[in-house]
Amino acid sequence: MATLRDIAKKPELLSGGHRLCAGCGAPVTVRRVLSAVPEDTHVVVANATGCLEVSTTVYPYSAWRTSYIHSAFENAGATISGVEAAYKVLKRRGKINEKFKFIAFGGDGGTYDIGLQSLSGALERGHDFVYVCYDNGAYMNTGIQRSSATPLYADTTTSPAGDVIPGKSQLRKELADIAVAHNIPYVAQSTPAHWKDLYEKAEKAINVDGPAVLNVLAICPRGWRTETAEDMEITRLAVDTCVWPMFEVVEGKWKLTYKPRKKLPVEEYLKKQGRFKHMFQPGNEHLIEEFQKQVDKRWEEILARCGEI
Amino acid sequence: MAKRVSLSGNEAAAFAMKQIDPDVVAAYPITPSTEIPQYFSQFVANGEVNSEFVAVESEHSAMSACIGASAAGARTMTATSSQGLALMWEMLYIAASMRLPIVMTVANRALSGPINIHNDHSDSMGARDSGWIQLYSESAQEAYDNIIQAIRIAEDPRVSLPVMVCMDGFITSHALETLEVLEDEEVKKFIGEYNPDDFLLNADHPIAMGPLDLQSYYFEHKRQEQDAMDNAKQVILEIAEEYEKLTGRKYSHFEKYALDDADIAVVVLNSTAGTAKVVVDDLRSQGIKAGLLKPRTFRPIPGKEIFDALKNVKAVAVMDKADSFGAYGPLFTDIRNIMFDNKDIKIVNYIYGLGGRDVGTKDIEMVYNDLMDIVKTGKVYEVKKYLGVREKGGEEVWQL
Repeated sequence: MATLRDIAKKPELLSGGHRLCAGCGAPVTVRRVLSAVPEDTHVVVANATGCLEVSTTVYPYSAWRTSYIHSAFENAGATISGVEAAYKVLKRRGKINEKFKFIAFGGDGGTYDIGLQSLSGALERGHDFVYVCYDNGAYMNTGIQRSSATPLYADTTTSPAGDVIPGKSQLRKELADIAVAHNIPYVAQSTPAHWKDLYEKAEKAINVDGPAVLNVLAICPRGWRTETAEDMEITRLAVDTCVWPMFEVVEGKWKLTYKPRKKLPVEEYLKKQGRFKHMFQPGNEHLIEEFQKQVDKRWEEILARCGEI
Repeated sequence: MAKRVSLSGNEAAAFAMKQIDPDVVAAYPITPSTEIPQYFSQFVANGEVNSEFVAVESEHSAMSACIGASAAGARTMTATSSQGLALMWEMLYIAASMRLPIVMTVANRALSGPINIHNDHSDSMGARDSGWIQLYSESAQEAYDNIIQAIRIAEDPRVSLPVMVCMDGFITSHALETLEVLEDEEVKKFIGEYNPDDFLLNADHPIAMGPLDLQSYYFEHKRQEQDAMDNAKQVILEIAEEYEKLTGRKYSHFEKYALDDADIAVVVLNSTAGTAKVVVDDLRSQGIKAGLLKPRTFRPIPGKEIFDALKNVKAVAVMDKADSFGAYGPLFTDIRNIMFDNKDIKIVNYIYGLGGRDVGTKDIEMVYNDLMDIVKTGKVYEVKKYLGVREKGGEEVWQL
């Protein structure tokens, strides 16, 4: 296992100077994932349209020290499929000798929603690539609209908390479960606040032969209405309240990779975020109860799948 | 040594692809072009080509995977029709603006709705402004020849644009035809190796493709697409000349049929040109100076050349197998625009054959008869007409 010192010595494949917001969870996720790429291996990154894309490649600049392709919003899976297919054939024909890895990055909108078909196709076809979803729980690039990854009751600009409807009425979709259903060799959930966990999972995802999916909770201080200084603390609270379980699924076998010493109540996580503020108004106690109930249900399911109960 | 074979249009397209042996083909089934990826995947399964075949889950992903593959440095091909092309629409513009030399066969089919599987040109005409070069083919022979030439046109550094080779769905794609094909080695030699300057898999020189391009640069990049199209006009002719030396078959931006001394002429794309030639021969035998212009290159449109070819004609009918409701057919709009400075020519538009409605020699005779009336009277009563459609009150004429 690499130490933080080892990782720090590696060249940064996403350079500074990009235009993402202070406190954004996306670039820390990208840097940690790319730090797990072996030094003898080149990378082609495919990126779905989104914050990461518009902020890292403003022509004529690029923050990427890898080859990089963006074509549209809903097709990072298909685009990287084409790149990987090209690699296979050009290698077979002796036109390329170097070792390459293929990593696609998309936000939750580009992954859970508009890009789900393209991702599903790429996973089913078995291309050798890693798909990383930086999940910040809404369409942040267009101004905080709800996606199918938006948590229950979150206040977004298209699931606003009003006098009648208390924010998003639906549960979030479970991307990891969908990925697992493709019978791919590796699926995991992590966060950039758990750098070692994310690094190790990225390393496994990169080394595995075939498709791998990493679903990474990436805080958005604008959309979540949080203090940037509390980024990592809030992210850790997501894990310690079991709102964001950390696990991996290797060849279909579920394994819990982090179990909170003490499972905290969801209020600890919710109260630090403006998007859940309405849940704390007098008379809305039932919202917090329901949120807790749903988190508990999901957590029990995961524990059962991981053989923890 | 060329050899004669019997192939359908789809077989001819797939055969051309086999001889080209591209690096990557990513495609999705859709009537009537389905057979192309079907035959091609069999070539892959039999080891007759060394290509990667990516059986994607939609046409949007087909074009996206083609973009990824082509950007990575692979010679890339695909095929589609109708709804497939419509679903690709977003990606067509991106492929062109990224200057990727993808070659795609389109077996033209009507667009929904209502759903219809038969031939018209509403699919490729909808992609007219996407930045793709469009070549049209009357026959399986022309489709085969166009596909091979398209590789060279697309990859020419002066052009570097994707090319769409269109043929009529079912009429050409499924009809068996005798055609002449090249030897594999001749095709290989003609197309050469594809070695792009910049590509994603260049380990020595990583590259960012598809960046955000705002007010400071976007306009210049779009202007460069126009320059590339302008260059394509010359490149298409150069490659046609080279191809003629190899095959004896002559290609240009369009075919002139009995046009040089014609008083009346029809302009029409693809297989209907074949039907129109029969009518031209018949009229000529009656001493009527009828002619035909069949465009091959629709994008870029060879304006000056078409102007010169039609300048002595008195009346022209432009036949469109696609409509722009509330306006004129797309081919007509271009041709009349090109001929604007020639005030002596009368030009009319016929919308025909939508959804595969059969158009025979009798229909085309009617068009030439109308042109003769226009020449005689000097008057055009209706600029845009519909050919072979049941009009209000005329149902009895067109009872099927």
